[in-house]
Amino acid sequence: MSMPKKEEGPLALSVRGLRFSFPGEPPLFDALDFDIRPGEFVSILAASGKGKTTLFRLLAGLLDPQAGTIAIGATGDSAAAASKLGKIGYMPQRDCLMPWRTVLDNAALGLELGGSTKREARRQVLELLPGLGLEGTEHKYPHELSGGMRQRVSFLRSLLGGGELFLLDEPFSALDALTRVGMQEWLLQVWEQHRKTILFITHDVDEALLLSDRVLVAAQSPIATLSELAVSLPRPRSYEIALGEAFIGLKRQLLGLIGRGARAAEGGRT
Amino acid sequence: MRRSLSAYGPVLVFGLLLVAGWEAGTTLFDIPHYIIPKLSDVLVSMRDNGQVLGKHFAVTLGEALLGLGISAVFGVLAAVWIESSGLAKKTVYPLLVMSQTIPIIALSPIMVMWFGYEIWSKVAVVILFTFFPIAVNTADGFRSADPDIGELMQTMGAGKRDRFLKWKIPSALPGFFTGLKMAAAISVGGATLGEWLGGENGLGMYTKRASNMLRGDAVFSGVLLLSAMGVLLFLGVLAVEKAFLAHRRSA
Repeated sequence: MSMPKKEEGPLALSVRGLRFSFPGEPPLFDALDFDIRPGEFVSILAASGKGKTTLFRLLAGLLDPQAGTIAIGATGDSAAAASKLGKIGYMPQRDCLMPWRTVLDNAALGLELGGSTKREARRQVLELLPGLGLEGTEHKYPHELSGGMRQRVSFLRSLLGGGELFLLDEPFSALDALTRVGMQEWLLQVWEQHRKTILFITHDVDEALLLSDRVLVAAQSPIATLSELAVSLPRPRSYEIALGEAFIGLKRQLLGLIGRGARAAEGGRT
Repeated sequence: MRRSLSAYGPVLVFGLLLVAGWEAGTTLFDIPHYIIPKLSDVLVSMRDNGQVLGKHFAVTLGEALLGLGISAVFGVLAAVWIESSGLAKKTVYPLLVMSQTIPIIALSPIMVMWFGYEIWSKVAVVILFTFFPIAVNTADGFRSADPDIGELMQTMGAGKRDRFLKWKIPSALPGFFTGLKMAAAISVGGATLGEWLGGENGLGMYTKRASNMLRGDAVFSGVLLLSAMGVLLFLGVLAVEKAFLAHRRSA
């Protein structure tokens, strides 16, 4: 797979020769290579059951690969070391908020674990709440919030808990369609502000195109290569862009990539 | 206020009806005082023996509280042990669950053999009654901790200690309180039983002695006070639980 050469320098994430399978099952990944550059927003698009979440668990150091390397940040730490150092912000599919903590203390969890005092952590959270559309919720408990608001808190917690690489695992998949659109625009806006490196998992084609600089498509199984589509849409973006011709063209290309991969997989199986 | 009235109103009225029925029924059907004494006689007996009853009440309450406290400490320690050791989870936990089916009353005389007729045999019986619900429910509370939250903390660099303090313990609190409420409710029964097995003090001893003398009014005043003690202990735990878990969504 060839990378478009925008800037040279250290990578935010470099995966080489990754291989993983659960015991007694066919491999999910085999000799998988891909890179993410600092400040990039990259989506991985794949159907359910292809091991997207497993990939994230590998990148977050919750699972160990059977072969290959995962290097994170300029120093090239392994996934396990990087998450110990708090370099990874992992946002799981479910919001996983602690029901016994307020919004403020939920969001401060990562800072607290990183060694900040409770007071300092709370101060940092309070500073960011308005920018994320969460002002006034700091003393609320998770069950008092809507699904979208809970995901915002979860995102903020990841944002504060990790430094170099953010892994977002289908964060909006459980939301209703209208809330999801709102959250996608929200994420675009927040990302413009913070410009963090984000790896985003989704099975929603529109979502991937709307948000990303690049979309990586995993169509075959096991995942050995990822087909790539550069999304050359101007930023800042809003949902309006999804109605334009450029977007439709990219969508056609992307669906083509998915279809080709799927056909190849079908052919491979028979 | 209005809400609590509509919630507790019916049960209050029903309780008053029962009290009135007791007084009226015993008078109307002329029931012998050693079968069911009149409520008014019971209250009179309670007033006349107020000082003695107060002393015995304090003794039994002390036994129940002491036993509850010791059970809470060791029940929680047992649950932590089960949670932190895979071997204990496979060996101790199943035994603990199975032990719930043992008729604990049958074991109580052993406590008298071991600890004599002083307060400690009563406390031991209370512990026998209350240790298991606290240990099992707290262990279940630990087990109910959301594993996704634990993994998330791991990706944030949280070590074992942080995960235990900030994830496992808060997750186990509801289970612990469920166990403590059950334990509080039965602790008075344990203390009473301990006193029946031998001793000089406590409401259990008082009711047993009164029943030997066929003094219905005295038996009933002891039983009423024991019931009140059980309810008070339960409500006390409930209040502490509410204070701790006030902001969680009620399950």
